[in-house]
Amino acid sequence: MMQIPADIPAWLAITVALLLICGSLITLVGTLGLLRLPHFYQRIHGPAITITFGAGCFLLASMLYFTALQERPVIHELLITAFIMLTAPVTAMLLMRTAVYRDLRNGRRIADMTTEPQPVTGHCATAGATSPGLMEEPRDRNPE
Amino acid sequence: MRLLLEISLYFSQFCVVLAMLFCMLRLLKGPTAQDRVLALDTIWMCAMLFALLLGISFASLVYFEWAMLIALTGFVSSVALAKFLMRGEIIE
Repeated sequence: MMQIPADIPAWLAITVALLLICGSLITLVGTLGLLRLPHFYQRIHGPAITITFGAGCFLLASMLYFTALQERPVIHELLITAFIMLTAPVTAMLLMRTAVYRDLRNGRRIADMTTEPQPVTGHCATAGATSPGLMEEPRDRNPE
Repeated sequence: MRLLLEISLYFSQFCVVLAMLFCMLRLLKGPTAQDRVLALDTIWMCAMLFALLLGISFASLVYFEWAMLIALTGFVSSVALAKFLMRGEIIE
């Protein structure tokens, strides 16, 4: 079913297999973070690892495989790499701004978390635990 | 050696599909609209990775164009959705 040449050299097969397994596990971990993390501002960090490391491993594997298979440099994949490197930060920044705007518009004051008078222990975990609102799951007030 | 590459390709395809499933769960569950947009963006990215995997499996460079197109469309749709959620209109 798969069209892999039978006389594929060992170094190529091992390298490509390692890159593929590494990339797929990283992809899985990134999306698991998207699924499991409790807050949107934490969840947006999950797919970042998928886009950079996972896609990087896959693109490197593809480049190596086709270069060795066709015995000429095949570097089309650099186009996709450059495109992803350009567009992924733009998407992440726009989504983050959207989340901040919508949270502010819905009355969830993020600034309250830092300006609230409370005993300054200087520790992030205790400040997050005592201040209400930030760590709990947000809900949309306006239905989409 | 051929068997090793074949097994790793099957494994990666399984992992990418599982990743898409996780994103789909977040898309269905996500409490806010921006969660859903983020999940959709990640689904596009996983689809691009799947096209690359198909290209390696069938040793054809045609799938490369698929991957490029999927990446392009995913970027445009994510930016449009994010802009719409932010302002209520896409082109002001």
